[in-house]
Amino acid sequence: MEAVVVKNLVKTYGKEKTVAVDDVSFSVSRGELFGLIGPDGAGKTSIFRMLTTLLLPDGGSASVDGHDIVKDFRQIRSSVGYMPGKFSLYQDLTIEENLHFFATVFGTTIEENYHLIKDIYVQIEPFKNRRAGKLSGGMKQKLALCCALIHKPTTLFLDEPTTGVDPVSRKEFWEMLARLKEQNITILVSTPYMDEASLCDRIALIQGGKILSIDTPQNIINAYPDRLLAIKANEMYRLLKVLEGHPDILNSYAFGEYAHATFRDADTHALQAYLREHGLTDVEVKDAEVTIEDSFIKLLH
Amino acid sequence: MQDDKVIVCEKLTKRFGDFIATNEITFDVHKGEIFGFLGANGAGKTTAMRMLCGLSSPSSGKATIAGYDVYTQTEQIKKNIGYMSQKFSLYENLTVRENIEFFGGIYGLSDERIKSKTEELLQRLGLKTEANKLVASLPLGWKQKLSFSVAVLHEPKIVFLDEPTGGVDPVTRRQFWDMIYEAADSGITVFVTTHYMDEAEYCNRISIMVDGKMEVLDTPTNLKNSFHARSMDEVFYQLARGAKRGD
Amino acid sequence: MKQFLAFVRKEFYHVLRDRRTLLILFGMPIAQILIFGFALTNEVKDSEILVVDYAKDNASQELLTKIGSSRYFNIRQAAFTHKEILGTFQKGKIKAVVVFPANFNGDLLHHNKAQIQIITDASDVNTANMITNYLSSIVMDYQNQINQNLEIPYRITPEVRMLYNPQLKGAHGFVPGVMALVLLLVSVMMTAISIVREKETGTMEILLVSPFKPVLVIFAKAFPYLALSLVNVVAILLLSVFVLDLPVKGSVALLFAESTLFIITCLALGIFISIKTDTQQIAMLISLMGMLLPTMMFSGFLFPIENMPVPLQIISNIVPSKWFYIIVKSIMIKGLGIASLWKETLILLGMTVFLLLVSLKSFKIRLQ
Repeated sequence: MEAVVVKNLVKTYGKEKTVAVDDVSFSVSRGELFGLIGPDGAGKTSIFRMLTTLLLPDGGSASVDGHDIVKDFRQIRSSVGYMPGKFSLYQDLTIEENLHFFATVFGTTIEENYHLIKDIYVQIEPFKNRRAGKLSGGMKQKLALCCALIHKPTTLFLDEPTTGVDPVSRKEFWEMLARLKEQNITILVSTPYMDEASLCDRIALIQGGKILSIDTPQNIINAYPDRLLAIKANEMYRLLKVLEGHPDILNSYAFGEYAHATFRDADTHALQAYLREHGLTDVEVKDAEVTIEDSFIKLLH
Repeated sequence: MQDDKVIVCEKLTKRFGDFIATNEITFDVHKGEIFGFLGANGAGKTTAMRMLCGLSSPSSGKATIAGYDVYTQTEQIKKNIGYMSQKFSLYENLTVRENIEFFGGIYGLSDERIKSKTEELLQRLGLKTEANKLVASLPLGWKQKLSFSVAVLHEPKIVFLDEPTGGVDPVTRRQFWDMIYEAADSGITVFVTTHYMDEAEYCNRISIMVDGKMEVLDTPTNLKNSFHARSMDEVFYQLARGAKRGD
Repeated sequence: MKQFLAFVRKEFYHVLRDRRTLLILFGMPIAQILIFGFALTNEVKDSEILVVDYAKDNASQELLTKIGSSRYFNIRQAAFTHKEILGTFQKGKIKAVVVFPANFNGDLLHHNKAQIQIITDASDVNTANMITNYLSSIVMDYQNQINQNLEIPYRITPEVRMLYNPQLKGAHGFVPGVMALVLLLVSVMMTAISIVREKETGTMEILLVSPFKPVLVIFAKAFPYLALSLVNVVAILLLSVFVLDLPVKGSVALLFAESTLFIITCLALGIFISIKTDTQQIAMLISLMGMLLPTMMFSGFLFPIENMPVPLQIISNIVPSKWFYIIVKSIMIKGLGIASLWKETLILLGMTVFLLLVSLKSFKIRLQ
């Protein structure tokens, strides 16, 4: 059964009708970990707010657990968990008070669903009498997740949970999500970090309010149409400039310590010679392992 | 002292009561270098950056920025550096042109310079048609590029970038790095923090801070070799996992 | 109900943990009462008093010495006619004039009673009151002194005249005024700010995406401020009764009922402001400019409404605090009951119902 179904959803803002979400459709199966991947301003938050009934769509329709997001907003509000992009707990309440408050508001108790949050909560429990405002970024995030989970939601909406969080905390957070998935909770997560895409079951790449592609991360990578080369030389900036000047170049860009590039006709030997001709040394050319980021860049072109 | 060292730090320390935010960090940055300044949240990056920008006085240690002392010559430091952060960059309710003119003004450029710089910048960024639009109406990527250009408008010796590319799409992110390379090529030293580990690879050298100390400082390749890691991500993870403190 | 209580408890945590909120909540009313009550009282020390003595006999001299030896007064003698007294007041230095009629001693001896006249400048109502009280008690003292061992007592009656403000408008008026101000601040501003804060921090989003009814969120947020405002009413009344010696002449129960009504009016206003604004600063600005200022201007607390131009008098009618001010003054000072206040109460009730309806109607269950 589909947990979330989105059909031709449209959202515009203001008098000028700036389009934030442009005819977006997708569906998420029960128990799936679905990622909405795209930069800031792509429309991720607007989609999440419409699905959590906080915003009314200007077109199209959507349902969560079979409930319509406009008509049945009450049912949706009682059954989903939502973690907004900004840390949205009470900074002047302690960890325990926050958790207790949200449990009560959702008509449940901490004890009743403790098994759901246990893994996460034990990590912050030693500080349970500390006020939320005094917690580190990673701990705030864990508390927010506990509060969003405490009423045993069927579907969990996490809006950019890892933005501004350092790589270590990000990794820990995704490990927590993987464990939650085992509890058969449907999870929708949005992120601007392309490298997090591979941790989702399926992803939608989104830019400018439009979905560029929806599939499993592997399928999206497999669908990459060109031969992608990874190129290294002694000087990155020069390398990029030289690549841009190559007559057969399709696209080139920095990618970590390598430059990634696609050509109309990819002859690695000729390319190496070309680079050396232009004064670059330590030249290395090999086939690149395509990542979601490469696919995204390709789709944007 | 070598002439091309624009940042010289020796045992720079900042204490807040019992808490040592930045603990005896020692490093040099050369002219035209792209220097990556990494660390988990709360590792002491922000505190260190503030001291280097002359915004906060160190508790102990020595540091000179562009040859000026961080204790006594903060005014000169501020004239010789540019600063851009993700949080504060431009005034949203001023137009593109007004923003450029304003920042040119506070850095003390002459009216003529401001005028020519403004036109040059609008031309280069392809923002001619948007010049009289409010910054608020620009896409995030453009804002970030504009705000970088404004930070180097007065041709500073060093530019400090605090997570400049957070939330920006991958294409714009790379265009942004093109601008960084260009600036470095023209002799501006770039001091940058980021949470994107692939961006760490673009730096000439990177340092990683853990619990207030500068644990490592080397080129990306050397760091990966010495940690037997395939990517910077792994290096960072190995180092920061042992961290005790959060922000 | 359990949810509601959890909400109320959370709200109390917020209030009790924020020192600034606490200060505004409880520091402000106390400070205002004390400032209004005492700042003026202190001026009575060393007040310049003009004595016009037509009698110049033993009794008048004795009484004068007694007044002069008090630390409150400095006596200046003058031979003025009644008309000239006005002029000395206008120069501002003189706080009161004591007039002994010719034949003061004679009246006392032959008729066993005499009069003195005390004229004060009642444009400064508090000082005028204090001075009259002190002078009267000195006269009483003197009277007791000469009455020792006498079978038929002498009586000296001070005849008090208040110049410029004969009905003592505004005398003690500051307590009802402060009450209106404080309740307004607490109920309008604090409620508006605390609701807008939830919008600003994003917690409102989470609360909306919960089974808790959105309207209940609003009520649960307003409820603690109703309770806190009532605590403030108690505090103000205790202060005015025990520190300022201003008793409540009318029914205390009625006073509380009317206060509750006014608090609900204010809460409705606060909720309305919170719905229409998105940042705490704007909510505060609107509360201060839009509510506090009109209360100071138009409630009759600082400036008598009767003296205002007619258009302003008409405007003053839509300010809820004006009606509350009238009600409280009538109950506390005049001791009137609901029979004489039903009209004002009804107006206030109408405003409350109207504001509640408007704010409930404009309340949104979604984000913009």
